[in-house]
Amino acid sequence: MRIATIGRFSLGIFVAGALGLGASACAPTGKSSSAAGLLAGDAATRTYVPPGSYDEYYAFLSGGFSGQVTVYGLPSGRLFKQIPVFSQFPQTGYGYDEDSKAMLNTTFGFVPWDDAHHTEMSLTNGVPDGRWLFINGNNTPRIARIDLKRFETEEILQIPNAAGGHASPFATPDTKYVVSATRFSVPIPQKDVPIDSYKQNFKGTITFVKADVPGKMDVAFQIMMPGYDYDLGHAGKGPSDGWFFFTTYNSEEANTKLEVNASQADKDYIAAINYKRAEECIAAGKGKKFGGSYVHNYVDPATRIAKSETKTGVTMLYPADCDGLVYYLPTPKSPHGVDIDPTGEYIVAGGKLATVIPVHSYTKMIKAIADKQFEKTIDGIPVIKYDAVIAGEVKNPGLGPLHTEFDGKGNAYTSMFISSEVVKWKLGTWEVLDRIPVYYSVGHIMIPGGDSKKPWGKYLVALDKIAKDRYLPTGPEGSRSAQLIDISGDKMKMLLDFPTMGEPHYAQAVPASLLQPGSLKFQKLADNKNPNVTTSEAGGGITRTGKRVDVKMIAIRSHFAPDNLEGVELGDTVYFHVTNIEQDWNIAHGFAVFGSNNSGITLPPGETRTVRWVPQATGIYPFYCTDFCSALHQEMQGYVRVSSPALHVPLSANVSKVSQTQLGRLPAKHGEKQ
Amino acid sequence: MATQMGTGYLETASVPVPAMLGTVAARDLTGSLMPNLSRALTVIASLLLVGLFFVPMWRVQLVAPQYPEGLGMRIGVSYVAGATPTDLANINGLNHYVGMKHITPDAIPELHYMPWVVGGLILFGLLAALVGNRKLLIGWVGSFLVVGVAGLVDFWRWEYDYGHNIDYAHAIIKIPGMNYQPPLMGVKQLLNFTAVSWPDIGAWLAFAAFGLGVIALAFALRVRAAKSSNILGF
Ligand SMILES: [Cu+2]
Repeated sequence: MRIATIGRFSLGIFVAGALGLGASACAPTGKSSSAAGLLAGDAATRTYVPPGSYDEYYAFLSGGFSGQVTVYGLPSGRLFKQIPVFSQFPQTGYGYDEDSKAMLNTTFGFVPWDDAHHTEMSLTNGVPDGRWLFINGNNTPRIARIDLKRFETEEILQIPNAAGGHASPFATPDTKYVVSATRFSVPIPQKDVPIDSYKQNFKGTITFVKADVPGKMDVAFQIMMPGYDYDLGHAGKGPSDGWFFFTTYNSEEANTKLEVNASQADKDYIAAINYKRAEECIAAGKGKKFGGSYVHNYVDPATRIAKSETKTGVTMLYPADCDGLVYYLPTPKSPHGVDIDPTGEYIVAGGKLATVIPVHSYTKMIKAIADKQFEKTIDGIPVIKYDAVIAGEVKNPGLGPLHTEFDGKGNAYTSMFISSEVVKWKLGTWEVLDRIPVYYSVGHIMIPGGDSKKPWGKYLVALDKIAKDRYLPTGPEGSRSAQLIDISGDKMKMLLDFPTMGEPHYAQAVPASLLQPGSLKFQKLADNKNPNVTTSEAGGGITRTGKRVDVKMIAIRSHFAPDNLEGVELGDTVYFHVTNIEQDWNIAHGFAVFGSNNSGITLPPGETRTVRWVPQATGIYPFYCTDFCSALHQEMQGYVRVSSPALHVPLSANVSKVSQTQLGRLPAKHGEKQ
Repeated sequence: MATQMGTGYLETASVPVPAMLGTVAARDLTGSLMPNLSRALTVIASLLLVGLFFVPMWRVQLVAPQYPEGLGMRIGVSYVAGATPTDLANINGLNHYVGMKHITPDAIPELHYMPWVVGGLILFGLLAALVGNRKLLIGWVGSFLVVGVAGLVDFWRWEYDYGHNIDYAHAIIKIPGMNYQPPLMGVKQLLNFTAVSWPDIGAWLAFAAFGLGVIALAFALRVRAAKSSNILGF
């Protein structure tokens, strides 16, 4: 039934699926089915990565309300890893263990969740370079940096004076800055006012974050903007390098029923910000000292333990004090995406309620500014006349244009949320070349490098908001969905469906060769500078400091040492510092204690993790390895005795029989025999 | 004559081989001196052995389903090492399951004196070429053979001990009758591991050096026979 409406490409996939299940009775008959079958076979070969072979691209999908990032291979759509960022992750202990807990600190205290939105790869000369991946938390505005040697979150910076960090964390072509613009305007600084005093009291901010030194992200400056909603952004490149573009909506400044009240104006704005000019104004002392506290969390490179620091105060720029800093480009109907083509000339807006895709010209913008082609000024921000800046409009592209990516061959691809399709059109002529349905309600799309100077224009991934009937049902709520589309030819071809975690707001992808060679295999034990590291079988032990008990132990196939612990008393807080002394790729251990109110932890090779445990009753508590590490994994266990303080059980940490025998097989004996 | 003795090996080494074939040192007529070709080959052979200090002699590779990239050992004149900095520790870690001993390079005495033996062999070869005495050459080839055979036997014996001297009392996996001796050369299945053992560059250098020594000796003996017949017949 659905076949007819979906079209021939997915019909092919449907047939392939049916044949794969051997349910030949379901397969449509006749001419169309054989044609579709051929297409399905074609799609199957293009996405088939044989067992043991590697994908062409790494793709990083935002995990939306999961707070995480997911790593997929393209073209197979295979999920490789979920990288915990803004949310606690019991699978590894991220946000639970003593080492990573501090990553989730904010001025609101420990915030164990966020709504992860946009992934952004670090850039060199406007091209993705594979050093880091940035992602923003929208709810409690934060920007995280993920190291792409470890595929781990290493830094999170909270954004002060903002509520909702949506237009984030887009980078400048050299990654000098990543940005964050407030999604929700609020009183800045915060104060207790009637909500309907919006127009007097509510403001937006745009934040530039210094991002090019790992571990040292910080707010460079903020710009105080009118109280609109700031949606998405992208840096200029090439000729437009030095400019940053942000979409705004709710220029009506409504504070209730925005879906109607913020959709009244014919046009909202793209804010064009000359950040080189901002640097000049700050150097000239035109920035104002402004309050605002924020927390910066980073993994100490030596100890691998996360640290938090609270900072106060930023430099605030007001557009009225710094002429030439901000211009507004009128743009139809609540634009979402603002995307700069690889040449840096065209500024494409996704006016989500518009019937056209408006494209501004950077050259025209510069000329209009020189000629003062302004229609009015808002809070010191000149509004350039629409006709003076518009380069062209893509007519009848579909319904609900949201976001545009580029293939580097002069074509643009725009997602159409309402008509649920991807539309290919030509830059310069603005003619629609092709369209393909996607399933369903596509938000962002992604071409590897498709927002950079150098797109790898072979595939496009549609990131859909709704999956409905695309997969076997799993109750009322299922996964979201993505489709892989071949864009190497004139016509787009649907290749693959794959489910996604959370809601994939945006994605980045780069050729595997950029990351594969540098991917770390294990932490060298010699480089492990954790203060509680244990590097040898006999190096562990148990110590007491008042009511605090510290246990140091090693994990190696297939035992912990020590593994019998006594002298812990009810009322103590126990810290297990466990070091995985394996020096081999992928040989992880885990650690969990019976009845613990905390998460278990995963121990990558060569690393130390500390987990806190407060025993609730006297007795014997087993602990064990939670990651099937070896043939004798089931034997990888130990016991802690928790006693009444009245018994005065002395502290002891024994090494098990097994590890004693292993110690007995150490070198000296061997030498004697030789 | 005297000049040729003093600098001979350098000069002859640079002379094209066909030209040398006919060249015989004058004192060869007495039967105690090596022909220049033999001296050149002996020098080359000795210098090839210098390479043993820079490249491994033997390689053992262990591959299992869980170790697709393999764990490797490299054996040189003075060391046993992992193919990567962590391979040896990982091999030892795995070996504890079956009760094998740790491989501890410091505890293998051969690794301490083998560099001196090889160094001696190099000096001996150079001396034989310099002096040009045929008996020295015979002595050199002979001692090379003894060192080579003894080295291989010792390596095999070491592998035998390593593979058979199992601590069954504490072994985690006990398989009666199973030994874990890796092959000297070739491929052998040891439980889940396929052990592959082959000569590495150093061994090929040594084989080549020995081959050159044998050719040098054979040539020296042939020339002597030829000279003898010359004296007798003409
Ligand atoms: Cu384990």
